[in-house]
Amino acid sequence: MTTAAPSLRRQLSTPQAPASLFPYNPGSLLSVQALSLDDLSRLLARATELESMDPAERNRILFKRRIGLLFYEPSTRTRTSFELAAKSLGADTTLVSNLSSSIDKGESLKDTGLTLRALGVEAIILRHNASGAAWLLEEATRLPVLNAGDGMHEHPTQALLDLRTLLAKLRPGVTQLDEKTLEGITVAIVGDIFHSRVARSNMLLLPRLGASVVLCGPRELLPELAAKAGPNIEIERDLANALRRSQAVMMLRIQSERLAGLQLDADEYRESYQLTGPRLASFAPEAIVLHPGPIIRGLEITAGVADGFQSAILDQVHNGVAIRMAVVERALTVAQKGSPA
Amino acid sequence: MSDLVIRGGHLLDPAAGVDAPRDIFLKAGRVADIAAPGKLKGTNGAEVIDASGLTVAPGLIDMHVHLREPGFAHKETIVTGTACAAAGGFTSVAAMPNTRPVNDNAETTRWMLSPDRGAMVRVFPIAAATRGSKGEAINDYAALKSAGAIAVSDDGLPILKDGVMREALAAAARVGLCVIQHAEDTRMTAGGCMNQGPASFRLGLRGMPAEAEVSIVERDIRLVSELRDARVHLHVAHLSTAGALAAVRQARRNGLRVTCEVAPHHFLLTDEHVGFYDTNAKMCPPLRSAADRDAMIEGILDGVVDAIATDHAPHAQHEKEVEFQNAPNGILGLETALGLSLRWLHKEMKLPMGRIISLLSAQPAALLGMKGRGTLTVGSFADVVIFDPKAEWTYKVTETHSKSKNTPFNDWPMLGKVRWTISEGRVAFTGQA
Repeated sequence: MTTAAPSLRRQLSTPQAPASLFPYNPGSLLSVQALSLDDLSRLLARATELESMDPAERNRILFKRRIGLLFYEPSTRTRTSFELAAKSLGADTTLVSNLSSSIDKGESLKDTGLTLRALGVEAIILRHNASGAAWLLEEATRLPVLNAGDGMHEHPTQALLDLRTLLAKLRPGVTQLDEKTLEGITVAIVGDIFHSRVARSNMLLLPRLGASVVLCGPRELLPELAAKAGPNIEIERDLANALRRSQAVMMLRIQSERLAGLQLDADEYRESYQLTGPRLASFAPEAIVLHPGPIIRGLEITAGVADGFQSAILDQVHNGVAIRMAVVERALTVAQKGSPA
Repeated sequence: MSDLVIRGGHLLDPAAGVDAPRDIFLKAGRVADIAAPGKLKGTNGAEVIDASGLTVAPGLIDMHVHLREPGFAHKETIVTGTACAAAGGFTSVAAMPNTRPVNDNAETTRWMLSPDRGAMVRVFPIAAATRGSKGEAINDYAALKSAGAIAVSDDGLPILKDGVMREALAAAARVGLCVIQHAEDTRMTAGGCMNQGPASFRLGLRGMPAEAEVSIVERDIRLVSELRDARVHLHVAHLSTAGALAAVRQARRNGLRVTCEVAPHHFLLTDEHVGFYDTNAKMCPPLRSAADRDAMIEGILDGVVDAIATDHAPHAQHEKEVEFQNAPNGILGLETALGLSLRWLHKEMKLPMGRIISLLSAQPAALLGMKGRGTLTVGSFADVVIFDPKAEWTYKVTETHSKSKNTPFNDWPMLGKVRWTISEGRVAFTGQA
C-alpha cells in the first residue's frame, strides 16, 4: 500500500502549514511571488520614469541614505547595476563580500546583517549561495532585504528586468499588466534549470501574465518535478520542438559551481541544447534570445547568436539598472508613503 | 523516597487489560498494590496524590531520544533532557549513541548511567552498532549489553554495507539485542536537506528521495530473511515513507521480526511545513509528502507501527538560525508527543486512548525487552504518568525544560495535560492543572 485511502484523507484534519509571515518589511523584495500585478505595473512604470529623470533630481530621492550590498558570491551585472541604481538615487552604498570581511572568519549571516544594521544601513541587497538566505536575513534584521539571488531559489530583479525586456519587444506601450498581458506568448527556458534561480523566478512570474513556459534540458539538469512548480509550465526535452513553439528563448549557463559532482559531457550537451545560428534560423527565426549571463560562449550559446540581431542580451543588462532603481527606491519609501508612483 | 497512594484516578493499562477506576499503592519504587477505589489497605503514612478525574497510565517510554551528553551539553544534558521527558510523561528514554565520544564502549555507557548524571527518569543507553558509528567494524555487543546498553544503532547514520549489517544483526541476536537502523542510503541523499518533491524544487533545495529510505529498509529485511534466525530483530527507526512501511508490513506477514517506530512529526507534518526555510522543520528523515504522512497514520491505526518515538533532537538556537541547508537536523519531541498523539490520533482519528498509551509504553517496552515497565501490575516498577485526558492546552516552547527551543509545534493545540510523572516511585514532574 503506497497511498492512503481517500476516506482517511477526509478524516484527517491536521493543521495546514501556517500562513507565511514574510515579508516582515514591506520594502523587501524576496520573491516575485510577493508582487501583485499592480505592484509589477508600478515598478515597471517607475523604472521608466526614473530612467528618464534628470540625474540631479533623481539624486535627491534617496540622498545620503545607506544601502548595504552583501555579496557571498561573485557577481558582475547584478552587483554593479544595483550599486549604480542606488547611487543614481543619491544613496551611499557599501559593499561587504565574503572574501574581504569577517564572514571569512566564520561570522554568521544573522550577525553580519545585525552588524550592518548597527552601522546604519537601512536596506540590504543580498546575494548568497544558500537558497532562502534572504528570508533568514530579513527575519533577523527586519530591514528591507532585496534578494539579489539566493542559491538555486530566486532572483526576482532578474525576472523583472527580463519582463521589461520582453514587454518592450512583444508588447510595446503596455503599462498596466494583467493576467492576459502575455497571452499567446510562449517562453522557452533552456539549459540548467535545476540549479537556476533565474529559471525559478521566471517560471513563477511569466505564467501570471498569461504566458506559457516551456522548460527544456537534459534530465540531470531538469527533473520532471519542475513541471509541478506552478501553472502553465511544461517540459519539452527536444530543443527544436521547444524553439518552434516559442516567441522568446531564455538560455541558461550550466552552473558548474553547483553541479555537486555531477559529470556532464560538454559535447553531448552542445549537440542537444546549444543555441546555434542554424537552429535559431530553422525553428525560431522571429524569437527573442535572452540570457541572464554570464554567457559561456560556445557552450550553451554560440557567439554568433549571442551577438546576433535576435539577441536582447545587452538590453537585459541595460534594463537592470532601471529596474533596480525602482526596487531600491521602493525598499526605502514604501513603508512611509505607500508604493511610489 | 516516601510511599505514594494514587487515589481516585482511572487506570488505563492496556498491557494488563485494565481500563477502570483504581487506586494504586507505590512502595519502594514498585507497584505494591492495586485495588478498587477506597479498597487499598496498609497504606498508612503514604503520601496521597488525588487523581480524581485524571487518567493513570504506565509511565511513557520513548525509545528514540538524543540527550546530547557526553559532548554536546550546550544543546541538552541528561538532566535537562530527562526533565523534558518527565514533563512529557515519559519515565524511560532510550538514548542514541551519537554523542562525543560516540557511545560505542562500555565506559561511555556506564558514564551515562551513573547517578552523577542526575537523570530525572530512567535512561537506557543505546550503544553504537559499529566502531565510532562509522559502519565498518561491529562493536562487542556482549560487553555493551552488560554495561547497560538496551539496543544497538548507528542512528544519525545508516549501516550501509551489507556484510556489516548482516554481521550486526547476527551478533546482536546472539546477545538478545535488536539492531535499530537509521534507514537512509546516504549515497542518494548527499547534499539533500529536505524531502525530494515539488516543494524542494520550488524552494531550490536539494532533495532526499523517499527511495533512499525504502531501499535500505528493503535491503535490511532481505538480510533478516537470509539469516533464518528467529532471534534476529530489526527495528526501523523514525520510519517516514509509505514505501518503507509497506516493506515492513510485508516482512511481518512473512513472519520476520521487523518492527518500526514513527515520530509525531512524520504523522502530522508534510514537507509543505518547511514554509520559507523554517529550520525547525528540518530533520532526518525529512518531513515527507502528504501521501507518506497519511500512510504513517494508517500504519498506526492498523497496527503495523509498533511504537511512537519522538527522535527528540535538541539543537541550540544559534545552530538553527542559519541558512536552511547548513542547519543541523532535528527537533524537540518529548514534551509534545502525548499531547499531539491524543489531540490528533485520539480526538481526530478516533484511535482508542489505550492504543495510544500502548504505542507509547507497553509496545516500546516489549521491543526493547524492558522488564517490569510499560505496565502497572503488582511488582512492576512504579513508573506512572497521571494526566488530565480532557485538558486542551497550547504548547509554548518558551516554557520548555529543554536547553533548546527547536520545535515546529510551538503554539500547537494539545490534548491531555501531564499532572504527575512518577519515576520508580519518585515524583519527577508535577504539572499545573
